[in-house]
Amino acid sequence: MIKFESVVKKYPDGTVAVNGLDLVAPSGKITVFVGPSGCGKTTSLRMINRMIEPTSGTIWLDDQDTGKVDASTLRRGIGYVIQHAGLFPHRTIVDNVATVPLLLGRDKKKARSQAIELMERVGLPASFAKRYPAQLSGGQQQRVGVARALAADPPVMLMDEPFSAVDPVVRAELQDEFLRLQSELGKTIIFVTHDIDEAVKLGDQVAVLKVGGTLAQLASPATLLTDPVDDFVAGFVGRDRGYRALGFESGQLDPDTEQTVKLGDDAAAVGRAARDGWSLAVDDARRPLGWVRAAALAEGKQVTPELLHRGGTLAPVSGSLRGALDAALSSPAGRGVLIDDNGALVGTVTASEVVQRIESQLAGRRNGSDG
Amino acid sequence: MINYLKNNPDNVSSWFFTHLWMSVLPVVIGLIIALPIGWVASRYRWTYPPITNLAGLLYTIPSLALFILMPSILGTKILSPVNMVVALTVYSLALLVRVVADGLNSVAPDIRAAATAMGFSGIGRFLRVDLPIAVPVITAGLRVATVSNVSLVSVGALIGVPQLGSLFTEGFSRYIPGITLLGILLCLALALVLDALIVLGSRVLTPWQRAVAKR
Repeated sequence: MIKFESVVKKYPDGTVAVNGLDLVAPSGKITVFVGPSGCGKTTSLRMINRMIEPTSGTIWLDDQDTGKVDASTLRRGIGYVIQHAGLFPHRTIVDNVATVPLLLGRDKKKARSQAIELMERVGLPASFAKRYPAQLSGGQQQRVGVARALAADPPVMLMDEPFSAVDPVVRAELQDEFLRLQSELGKTIIFVTHDIDEAVKLGDQVAVLKVGGTLAQLASPATLLTDPVDDFVAGFVGRDRGYRALGFESGQLDPDTEQTVKLGDDAAAVGRAARDGWSLAVDDARRPLGWVRAAALAEGKQVTPELLHRGGTLAPVSGSLRGALDAALSSPAGRGVLIDDNGALVGTVTASEVVQRIESQLAGRRNGSDG
Repeated sequence: MINYLKNNPDNVSSWFFTHLWMSVLPVVIGLIIALPIGWVASRYRWTYPPITNLAGLLYTIPSLALFILMPSILGTKILSPVNMVVALTVYSLALLVRVVADGLNSVAPDIRAAATAMGFSGIGRFLRVDLPIAVPVITAGLRVATVSNVSLVSVGALIGVPQLGSLFTEGFSRYIPGITLLGILLCLALALVLDALIVLGSRVLTPWQRAVAKR
């Protein structure tokens, strides 16, 4: 647990970066600090490992007052990931990862072999061990940065906009893997970002900070989207928040059975399976491949990959209603494809079926309690 | 030229080696002194302008004047090689202070922040992060300082410290250009060899730089 107790950071020129921050980041959870430039989010983060010293107030790490321990010792027990990875250009990847264990005086050989295990864990091939940071792409460097922060197995990790310098595709990939890793490791994480979508995607709880360094709202992502505490938070959370809040809404859908076709089936088979002129093609493991328009298939022709429409997104049946609604809206057939954990077809739903489910769920909540 | 070399092999080789150590030793001492001063100039930014300007000023003192003044400052004998070594150390220092400070400043802020956050202490960060990354910049400065020293040492012939510069004065006083030419060629060879050694040393110390180039 990390606890901020009336923490203030004032600079000699009178600028107040952080103004009386009170906040608890629970153990094993991801707490995201989000806010516009100048809201003191990075300053707050850096006060935890004392790269910046607070002017007043106390930051507790469990029952340890961070102001009362040696700064270097404190830092070796806290993982740290920064925006451009900040890798040491003169050290090989494996030595970058092993930095903290080596600083702690651990056995060199052991530290390196553990570093290679960690590299594989964050999705880097062991063959990268002897390379230098400049030989890696931005996304790969960021993975090294994460591995380096994890190397001494610290209970606490600080992450300062770690994924904001990579392109959107790589960023989404890194975010997903980060969440998978965290589900295995259960670290206490403070994550700084200026991107509210990232905050909502990654955070167990999100702290929205205002310019001048005050806490505007501390809440779960779903609460933040559905119940922003003031105009500032509402504005910062942004448009489409009603739709985005559906990302946290799961509900039991009742999918319709879908007649399917396979590659190589002929026009007659497609015609038999089609509803509203479209039928769904799947592979041998019943994983959806795409939609075929029955009318596009001439007599005697077969289903080929070129004929498939792949526009529809796939939604896990155990996932959010947002995913299901998006699957329905993006499907050329008007029917959203639901899949199970193995990626195999469960059935399809229409947008109106999903919306009905949403409405009944929300209505139930409005009438049931004051929430 | 060849005849002179044949007739005086001992003289020439002893001059060559005197010239060698007189060129190299001041650079080594200069670097050792420049490291902490350069560190201060890079760590406390406000000290950078006064320190580097003062260093630059040292370099403008004419070499011959400095060689002549040294005995009265140090209390050494006029022919003592210590005079030359101290004077050349001053020049090396003048060049290297700025180079060390610039080299340390070339470490990206992200890398410094990461090093601090990993738990490097002040001196640990300097030795294991900042200094290794500054090596390419510092060795570039070492090359300039060393080659310029090879040239400056020869001026010492005018105050009677025997080294390759003695070939210039001898060639001049005996009106034999060949001897002067021999001096120039040997100085040139010495400078090239020392320069090559520094480049080699830098390559050994910075395998990561070549890895970048290969990409």
